[in-house]
Amino acid sequence: MIELVNLTLRVMLVENLALVFLLGMCTYIAVSRRVDTAIGLGIAVMVVQIITVPINNLLYQYLLAPGALRWLGLGSVDLSFMRFVTFIGVIAALVQILEIVIERFSPALNQRLGIFLPLLTVNCAILGASLLMVQRDYGFAESVAYGLGAGIGWALAVVLFAAVRERLRYSEVPRGLQGLGLAFIITGLLAFALAGFTGIEL
Amino acid sequence: MSRRQFLTSPLVGDNPITVQILGLCSALAVSRSLRPALIMAVSVIAVLVFSNLMISLLRGVIPRSIRLIIEVTFIASAVIVVDELLKAYAPDISQVLSVFVGLIITNCIVLGRAEAFAMHHGPMDSVADALGNGAGYAAVLLLVAAFRELSGAGALLGTQILPLAGDGGWYPPNQMMLYAPSAFFLLGMVVWGVRTWRPPPDSGASGTPGHLRYQDHDR
Repeated sequence: MIELVNLTLRVMLVENLALVFLLGMCTYIAVSRRVDTAIGLGIAVMVVQIITVPINNLLYQYLLAPGALRWLGLGSVDLSFMRFVTFIGVIAALVQILEIVIERFSPALNQRLGIFLPLLTVNCAILGASLLMVQRDYGFAESVAYGLGAGIGWALAVVLFAAVRERLRYSEVPRGLQGLGLAFIITGLLAFALAGFTGIEL
Repeated sequence: MSRRQFLTSPLVGDNPITVQILGLCSALAVSRSLRPALIMAVSVIAVLVFSNLMISLLRGVIPRSIRLIIEVTFIASAVIVVDELLKAYAPDISQVLSVFVGLIITNCIVLGRAEAFAMHHGPMDSVADALGNGAGYAAVLLLVAAFRELSGAGALLGTQILPLAGDGGWYPPNQMMLYAPSAFFLLGMVVWGVRTWRPPPDSGASGTPGHLRYQDHDR
Protein backbone atom coordinates (compact mmCIF):
# COMPACT_ATOMS: atom_id res chain seq x y z
CA MET A 1 0.00 0.00 0.00
CA ILE A 2 2.72 2.43 1.01
CA GLU A 3 4.43 1.88 -2.35
CA LEU A 4 1.29 2.97 -4.13
CA VAL A 5 1.07 6.17 -2.08
CA ASN A 6 4.72 6.81 -2.86
CA LEU A 7 4.12 6.21 -6.55
CA THR A 8 1.25 8.72 -6.53
CA LEU A 9 3.39 11.34 -4.80
CA ARG A 10 6.32 10.70 -7.10
CA VAL A 11 4.26 11.11 -10.26
CA MET A 12 2.62 14.19 -8.79
CA LEU A 13 5.81 16.08 -7.97
CA VAL A 14 9.08 14.46 -9.00
CA GLU A 15 7.84 13.27 -12.39
CA ASN A 16 5.19 15.91 -12.95
CA LEU A 17 3.76 15.35 -16.42
CA ALA A 18 3.35 19.01 -17.27
CA LEU A 19 6.55 20.51 -15.90
CA VAL A 20 9.04 17.65 -16.05
CA PHE A 21 7.83 15.57 -19.00
CA LEU A 22 6.41 18.66 -20.76
CA LEU A 23 3.18 16.95 -21.77
CA GLY A 24 -0.12 18.65 -22.53
CA MET A 25 1.59 21.95 -23.18
CA CYS A 26 -0.82 23.31 -25.81
CA THR A 27 -3.79 23.26 -23.47
CA TYR A 28 -1.58 24.22 -20.56
CA ILE A 29 -0.37 27.43 -22.18
CA ALA A 30 -3.62 28.34 -23.85
CA VAL A 31 -6.19 27.77 -21.10
CA SER A 32 -4.42 29.35 -18.18
CA ARG A 33 -5.19 33.03 -18.27
CA ARG A 34 -7.53 32.84 -15.30
CA VAL A 35 -7.37 30.72 -12.18
CA ASP A 36 -11.00 29.60 -12.23
CA THR A 37 -10.81 28.29 -15.80
CA ALA A 38 -7.54 26.59 -14.94
CA ILE A 39 -9.20 24.87 -11.99
CA GLY A 40 -11.98 23.64 -14.30
CA LEU A 41 -9.48 22.31 -16.80
CA GLY A 42 -7.41 20.73 -14.03
CA ILE A 43 -10.40 18.85 -12.66
CA ALA A 44 -11.36 17.66 -16.13
CA VAL A 45 -7.85 16.32 -16.78
CA MET A 46 -7.82 14.67 -13.36
CA VAL A 47 -11.12 12.87 -13.92
CA VAL A 48 -10.19 11.63 -17.40
CA GLN A 49 -6.72 10.58 -16.26
CA ILE A 50 -8.01 8.59 -13.26
CA ILE A 51 -10.40 6.65 -15.48
CA THR A 52 -8.40 6.15 -18.69
CA VAL A 53 -5.06 4.95 -17.32
CA PRO A 54 -6.53 1.91 -15.46
CA ILE A 55 -8.86 1.05 -18.38
CA ASN A 56 -5.99 1.18 -20.83
CA ASN A 57 -3.93 -0.88 -18.42
CA LEU A 58 -6.55 -3.64 -18.38
CA LEU A 59 -6.89 -3.54 -22.17
CA TYR A 60 -3.15 -3.76 -22.61
CA GLN A 61 -2.67 -6.55 -20.10
CA TYR A 62 -5.48 -8.76 -21.36
CA LEU A 63 -5.65 -7.98 -25.09
CA LEU A 64 -2.63 -6.24 -26.52
CA ALA A 65 0.56 -7.19 -24.69
CA PRO A 66 2.75 -9.94 -26.17
CA GLY A 67 1.17 -13.23 -25.15
CA ALA A 68 -1.85 -11.51 -23.61
CA LEU A 69 -4.28 -13.53 -25.71
CA ARG A 70 -3.22 -16.77 -24.04
CA TRP A 71 -6.73 -17.15 -22.61
CA LEU A 72 -7.96 -17.48 -26.19
CA GLY A 73 -5.30 -20.03 -26.99
CA LEU A 74 -3.33 -17.49 -29.05
CA GLY A 75 -0.24 -17.23 -26.91
CA SER A 76 2.10 -16.20 -29.72
CA VAL A 77 0.08 -13.19 -30.88
CA ASP A 78 1.58 -9.76 -30.17
CA LEU A 79 -0.86 -6.92 -30.70
CA SER A 80 1.13 -4.31 -28.80
CA PHE A 81 1.56 -2.21 -31.96
CA MET A 82 -2.21 -1.61 -31.80
CA ARG A 83 -1.89 0.30 -28.55
CA PHE A 84 -1.86 3.74 -30.15
CA VAL A 85 -5.21 3.27 -31.88
CA THR A 86 -6.71 1.48 -28.90
CA PHE A 87 -5.65 4.03 -26.31
CA ILE A 88 -6.68 7.05 -28.32
CA GLY A 89 -9.98 5.34 -29.09
CA VAL A 90 -10.62 4.71 -25.40
CA ILE A 91 -9.74 8.29 -24.55
CA ALA A 92 -11.93 9.77 -27.29
CA ALA A 93 -14.86 7.52 -26.39
CA LEU A 94 -14.51 8.18 -22.68
CA VAL A 95 -14.38 11.93 -23.17
CA GLN A 96 -17.53 11.71 -25.27
CA ILE A 97 -19.34 9.58 -22.68
CA LEU A 98 -18.25 11.86 -19.86
CA GLU A 99 -19.57 14.83 -21.79
CA ILE A 100 -22.98 13.19 -22.26
CA VAL A 101 -23.21 12.07 -18.62
CA ILE A 102 -22.21 15.44 -17.20
CA GLU A 103 -24.59 17.24 -19.52
CA ARG A 104 -27.45 15.03 -18.38
CA PHE A 105 -26.84 15.03 -14.64
CA SER A 106 -25.11 18.22 -13.70
CA PRO A 107 -25.73 21.33 -15.80
CA ALA A 108 -23.67 23.41 -13.37
CA LEU A 109 -20.63 21.18 -13.76
CA ASN A 110 -21.24 21.06 -17.48
CA GLN A 111 -20.94 24.81 -17.68
CA ARG A 112 -17.62 24.66 -15.92
CA LEU A 113 -16.08 21.64 -17.58
CA GLY A 114 -18.05 21.32 -20.80
CA ILE A 115 -15.82 23.46 -22.97
CA PHE A 116 -12.65 21.69 -21.86
CA LEU A 117 -13.74 18.13 -22.44
CA PRO A 118 -13.32 18.11 -26.24
CA LEU A 119 -9.82 19.49 -25.77
CA LEU A 120 -8.78 16.52 -23.69
CA THR A 121 -8.76 14.07 -26.60
CA VAL A 122 -5.82 15.94 -28.06
CA ASN A 123 -4.12 16.61 -24.73
CA CYS A 124 -0.89 14.66 -24.86
CA ALA A 125 -0.71 14.39 -21.07
CA ILE A 126 -3.61 11.91 -21.22
CA LEU A 127 -2.25 9.69 -23.99
CA GLY A 128 1.25 10.19 -22.61
CA ALA A 129 0.27 8.83 -19.20
CA SER A 130 -1.14 5.68 -20.80
CA LEU A 131 1.95 5.16 -22.96
CA LEU A 132 4.33 5.73 -20.05
CA MET A 133 2.29 3.27 -18.00
CA VAL A 134 2.93 0.62 -20.68
CA GLN A 135 6.59 1.51 -20.95
CA ARG A 136 7.06 0.99 -17.22
CA ASP A 137 5.11 -2.28 -17.02
CA TYR A 138 2.72 -1.15 -14.33
CA GLY A 139 0.17 -3.60 -12.91
CA PHE A 140 -3.45 -2.64 -12.36
CA ALA A 141 -3.12 -1.24 -8.83
CA GLU A 142 -0.06 0.75 -9.83
CA SER A 143 -1.86 2.14 -12.86
CA VAL A 144 -4.66 3.46 -10.62
CA ALA A 145 -2.10 5.19 -8.42
CA TYR A 146 -0.28 6.47 -11.49
CA GLY A 147 -3.42 7.90 -13.09
CA LEU A 148 -4.35 9.61 -9.84
CA GLY A 149 -0.93 11.15 -9.33
CA ALA A 150 -0.57 12.18 -12.95
CA GLY A 151 -3.96 13.88 -12.94
CA ILE A 152 -3.43 15.75 -9.68
CA GLY A 153 0.08 16.76 -10.67
CA TRP A 154 -1.03 18.20 -14.00
CA ALA A 155 -3.92 20.06 -12.36
CA LEU A 156 -1.58 21.52 -9.73
CA ALA A 157 0.82 22.72 -12.38
CA VAL A 158 -1.83 24.45 -14.46
CA VAL A 159 -3.45 26.19 -11.48
CA LEU A 160 -0.06 27.37 -10.24
CA PHE A 161 0.76 28.73 -13.67
CA ALA A 162 -2.59 30.50 -14.04
CA ALA A 163 -2.10 32.18 -10.66
CA VAL A 164 1.25 33.59 -11.78
CA ARG A 165 -0.21 34.74 -15.07
CA GLU A 166 -3.08 36.57 -13.35
CA ARG A 167 -0.55 38.62 -11.44
CA LEU A 168 1.31 39.47 -14.63
CA ARG A 169 -1.55 41.61 -15.84
CA TYR A 170 -0.20 44.41 -13.66
CA SER A 171 3.32 44.34 -15.02
CA GLU A 172 4.77 46.08 -18.03
CA VAL A 173 5.97 43.58 -20.59
CA PRO A 174 7.66 44.39 -23.92
CA ARG A 175 5.12 44.14 -26.73
CA GLY A 176 6.47 41.16 -28.60
CA LEU A 177 6.88 39.19 -25.41
CA GLN A 178 3.31 39.65 -24.17
CA GLY A 179 1.18 36.54 -23.94
CA LEU A 180 2.76 33.46 -25.45
CA GLY A 181 6.41 34.49 -25.22
CA LEU A 182 6.26 35.33 -21.56
CA ALA A 183 4.13 32.27 -20.86
CA PHE A 184 6.94 30.06 -22.12
CA ILE A 185 9.52 31.77 -19.97
CA ILE A 186 7.40 31.50 -16.83
CA THR A 187 6.77 27.83 -17.52
CA GLY A 188 10.50 27.38 -17.84
CA LEU A 189 11.02 28.98 -14.44
CA LEU A 190 8.30 26.82 -12.87
CA ALA A 191 9.85 23.74 -14.44
CA PHE A 192 13.21 24.64 -12.95
CA ALA A 193 11.53 25.00 -9.56
CA LEU A 194 10.09 21.50 -9.87
CA ALA A 195 13.46 20.21 -11.00
CA GLY A 196 14.41 20.76 -7.36
CA PHE A 197 12.53 17.55 -6.60
CA THR A 198 14.69 15.42 -8.89
CA GLY A 199 16.72 12.85 -7.08
CA ILE A 200 14.22 12.43 -4.27
CA GLU A 201 13.59 8.71 -3.91
CA LEU A 202 10.14 7.84 -2.69
CA MET B 1 -4.96 32.01 -51.25
CA SER B 2 -2.94 30.27 -53.88
CA ARG B 3 -1.35 26.89 -53.41
CA ARG B 4 2.02 28.52 -53.01
CA GLN B 5 0.76 30.61 -50.14
CA PHE B 6 -0.60 27.49 -48.42
CA LEU B 7 2.96 26.24 -48.57
CA THR B 8 4.79 29.39 -47.46
CA SER B 9 2.55 31.21 -45.01
CA PRO B 10 2.98 28.67 -42.15
CA LEU B 11 6.75 29.12 -42.26
CA VAL B 12 6.84 32.35 -40.28
CA GLY B 13 3.69 34.48 -40.48
CA ASP B 14 1.29 31.72 -39.48
CA ASN B 15 3.77 29.32 -37.90
CA PRO B 16 2.02 26.42 -36.14
CA ILE B 17 4.17 26.66 -33.03
CA THR B 18 4.75 30.36 -32.48
CA VAL B 19 1.45 31.71 -33.79
CA GLN B 20 -1.18 28.98 -33.72
CA ILE B 21 0.14 27.46 -30.43
CA LEU B 22 -0.07 23.93 -31.80
CA GLY B 23 2.24 20.98 -31.25
CA LEU B 24 4.24 22.31 -28.35
CA CYS B 25 4.89 19.17 -26.33
CA SER B 26 7.10 17.43 -28.79
CA ALA B 27 8.82 20.64 -29.80
CA LEU B 28 9.93 21.04 -26.21
CA ALA B 29 10.66 17.48 -25.28
CA VAL B 30 12.71 16.17 -28.20
CA SER B 31 14.78 19.29 -28.83
CA ARG B 32 17.73 18.29 -26.66
CA SER B 33 19.90 17.44 -29.63
CA LEU B 34 19.63 17.75 -33.38
CA ARG B 35 19.41 14.13 -34.55
CA PRO B 36 16.26 13.06 -32.71
CA ALA B 37 14.72 16.43 -33.56
CA LEU B 38 15.42 15.85 -37.24
CA ILE B 39 13.85 12.39 -37.18
CA MET B 40 10.90 13.73 -35.22
CA ALA B 41 10.36 16.53 -37.73
CA VAL B 42 10.44 14.09 -40.65
CA SER B 43 8.00 11.76 -38.84
CA VAL B 44 5.58 14.59 -38.11
CA ILE B 45 5.71 15.80 -41.72
CA ALA B 46 5.05 12.26 -42.99
CA VAL B 47 2.07 11.79 -40.66
CA LEU B 48 0.75 15.25 -41.47
CA VAL B 49 0.89 14.73 -45.23
CA PHE B 50 -0.74 11.31 -44.98
CA SER B 51 -3.57 12.43 -42.70
CA ASN B 52 -4.28 15.64 -44.64
CA LEU B 53 -4.33 13.73 -47.94
CA MET B 54 -6.60 10.92 -46.70
CA ILE B 55 -9.01 13.21 -44.91
CA SER B 56 -9.18 15.56 -47.85
CA LEU B 57 -9.94 12.66 -50.22
CA LEU B 58 -12.63 11.33 -47.90
CA ARG B 59 -14.03 14.66 -46.78
CA GLY B 60 -17.29 14.14 -48.67
CA VAL B 61 -17.89 10.72 -47.10
CA ILE B 62 -17.00 11.31 -43.45
CA PRO B 63 -20.14 11.99 -41.37
CA ARG B 64 -19.79 15.20 -39.39
CA SER B 65 -20.82 13.78 -36.04
CA ILE B 66 -18.07 11.17 -35.80
CA ARG B 67 -15.41 12.96 -37.83
CA LEU B 68 -13.03 13.49 -34.91
CA ILE B 69 -12.78 9.78 -34.17
CA ILE B 70 -12.25 8.99 -37.86
CA GLU B 71 -9.56 11.64 -38.18
CA VAL B 72 -7.80 10.38 -35.08
CA THR B 73 -7.92 6.81 -36.38
CA PHE B 74 -6.24 7.84 -39.63
CA ILE B 75 -3.57 9.74 -37.73
CA ALA B 76 -3.00 6.85 -35.32
CA SER B 77 -2.61 4.38 -38.19
CA ALA B 78 0.01 6.59 -39.83
CA VAL B 79 1.81 6.90 -36.49
CA ILE B 80 1.87 3.12 -36.05
CA VAL B 81 3.61 2.76 -39.41
CA VAL B 82 6.14 5.47 -38.53
CA ASP B 83 6.77 3.88 -35.13
CA GLU B 84 7.36 0.41 -36.57
CA LEU B 85 9.67 1.83 -39.26
CA LEU B 86 11.70 3.69 -36.64
CA LYS B 87 11.94 0.58 -34.47
CA ALA B 88 13.20 -1.39 -37.45
CA TYR B 89 15.64 1.06 -39.02
CA ALA B 90 16.64 3.48 -36.25
CA PRO B 91 16.22 1.63 -32.95
CA ASP B 92 18.54 3.97 -31.05
CA ILE B 93 16.55 7.04 -32.07
CA SER B 94 13.34 5.19 -31.32
CA GLN B 95 14.67 4.68 -27.76
CA VAL B 96 15.48 8.38 -27.38
CA LEU B 97 12.11 9.52 -28.66
CA SER B 98 10.33 6.88 -26.49
CA VAL B 99 6.69 7.84 -26.02
CA PHE B 100 6.97 10.96 -28.13
CA VAL B 101 6.54 9.06 -31.39
CA GLY B 102 3.18 7.82 -30.12
CA LEU B 103 2.36 11.32 -29.01
CA ILE B 104 2.42 12.56 -32.60
CA ILE B 105 -1.20 11.35 -32.53
CA THR B 106 -2.03 14.09 -30.05
CA ASN B 107 0.26 16.60 -31.69
CA CYS B 108 -2.39 19.22 -32.23
CA ILE B 109 -0.86 20.35 -35.52
CA VAL B 110 -1.98 17.15 -37.19
CA LEU B 111 -5.56 17.16 -35.95
CA GLY B 112 -5.73 20.93 -36.16
CA ARG B 113 -4.80 20.99 -39.84
CA ALA B 114 -7.10 18.05 -40.60
CA GLU B 115 -10.01 19.91 -39.03
CA ALA B 116 -9.18 23.40 -40.20
CA PHE B 117 -7.95 22.69 -43.68
CA ALA B 118 -8.27 19.19 -45.09
CA MET B 119 -11.99 18.98 -44.31
CA HIS B 120 -12.66 21.90 -46.67
CA HIS B 121 -10.00 21.72 -49.39
CA GLY B 122 -8.94 19.49 -52.25
CA PRO B 123 -6.17 16.88 -51.94
CA MET B 124 -3.40 18.87 -53.67
CA ASP B 125 -4.04 21.99 -51.59
CA SER B 126 -4.15 19.85 -48.46
CA VAL B 127 -0.81 18.28 -49.21
CA ALA B 128 0.66 21.75 -49.78
CA ASP B 129 -0.80 22.90 -46.47
CA ALA B 130 0.58 19.81 -44.70
CA LEU B 131 4.06 20.36 -46.15
CA GLY B 132 3.98 24.06 -45.24
CA ASN B 133 2.88 23.48 -41.65
CA GLY B 134 5.25 20.56 -41.27
CA ALA B 135 8.11 22.72 -42.48
CA GLY B 136 7.11 25.54 -40.11
CA TYR B 137 7.11 23.06 -37.23
CA ALA B 138 10.43 21.59 -38.35
CA ALA B 139 12.02 25.03 -38.62
CA VAL B 140 11.28 25.95 -35.00
CA LEU B 141 12.12 22.47 -33.70
CA LEU B 142 15.46 22.33 -35.50
CA LEU B 143 16.37 25.89 -34.52
CA VAL B 144 15.82 25.16 -30.83
CA ALA B 145 17.50 21.74 -31.03
CA ALA B 146 20.56 23.08 -32.87
CA PHE B 147 21.01 25.85 -30.33
CA ARG B 148 20.58 23.49 -27.38
CA GLU B 149 22.99 20.90 -28.70
CA LEU B 150 25.59 23.46 -29.72
CA SER B 151 25.58 25.42 -26.47
CA GLY B 152 24.88 22.47 -24.19
CA ALA B 153 27.31 19.93 -25.60
CA GLY B 154 29.35 21.92 -28.12
CA ALA B 155 28.27 19.58 -30.87
CA LEU B 156 25.97 19.39 -33.87
CA LEU B 157 24.48 16.07 -34.98
CA GLY B 158 26.88 14.39 -32.55
CA THR B 159 30.00 15.90 -34.19
CA GLN B 160 32.07 18.03 -31.86
CA ILE B 161 32.14 21.61 -33.18
CA LEU B 162 33.37 23.53 -30.17
CA PRO B 163 36.20 21.74 -28.31
CA LEU B 164 35.01 21.22 -24.71
CA ALA B 165 36.99 22.67 -21.83
CA GLY B 166 36.93 19.27 -20.11
CA ASP B 167 38.76 17.68 -23.06
CA GLY B 168 41.47 20.32 -23.35
CA GLY B 169 39.48 22.73 -25.55
CA TRP B 170 38.27 26.22 -24.75
CA TYR B 171 34.47 25.86 -24.60
CA PRO B 172 32.84 25.37 -21.18
CA PRO B 173 29.48 23.77 -22.06
CA ASN B 174 26.31 25.35 -20.76
CA GLN B 175 24.84 22.36 -18.92
CA MET B 176 21.58 24.18 -18.31
CA MET B 177 20.72 23.91 -22.00
CA LEU B 178 20.49 20.14 -21.66
CA TYR B 179 17.67 20.40 -19.11
CA ALA B 180 14.11 20.46 -20.35
CA PRO B 181 13.13 23.89 -18.98
CA SER B 182 15.70 25.68 -21.11
CA ALA B 183 13.64 24.74 -24.17
CA PHE B 184 10.94 27.00 -22.77
CA PHE B 185 13.30 29.94 -22.52
CA LEU B 186 14.52 29.45 -26.07
CA LEU B 187 11.02 29.03 -27.43
CA GLY B 188 9.97 32.16 -25.55
CA MET B 189 12.80 34.05 -27.21
CA VAL B 190 11.88 32.67 -30.64
CA VAL B 191 8.29 33.78 -30.14
CA TRP B 192 9.46 37.20 -28.99
CA GLY B 193 11.64 37.57 -32.07
CA VAL B 194 9.00 36.39 -34.52
CA ARG B 195 6.30 38.57 -32.99
CA THR B 196 8.49 41.65 -33.02
CA TRP B 197 9.45 41.02 -36.62
CA ARG B 198 5.94 40.17 -37.80
CA PRO B 199 3.24 41.19 -35.30
CA PRO B 200 0.50 38.53 -35.49
CA PRO B 201 -2.84 39.52 -37.00
CA ASP B 202 -5.88 39.29 -34.73
CA SER B 203 -6.41 35.71 -33.67
CA GLY B 204 -8.69 33.67 -35.84
CA ALA B 205 -6.71 34.40 -38.96
CA SER B 206 -5.33 30.88 -39.01
CA GLY B 207 -8.81 29.48 -39.58
CA THR B 208 -8.48 26.88 -36.84
CA PRO B 209 -12.01 25.92 -35.75
CA GLY B 210 -13.33 26.99 -32.36
CA HIS B 211 -12.88 23.81 -30.38
CA LEU B 212 -9.24 23.60 -31.38
CA ARG B 213 -8.51 27.30 -31.08
CA TYR B 214 -7.66 27.45 -27.43
CA GLN B 215 -7.33 31.20 -26.97
CA ASP B 216 -11.05 31.77 -27.22
CA HIS B 217 -11.92 29.73 -24.19
CA ASP B 218 -10.78 32.14 -21.62
CA ARG B 219 -11.48 35.49 -23.09
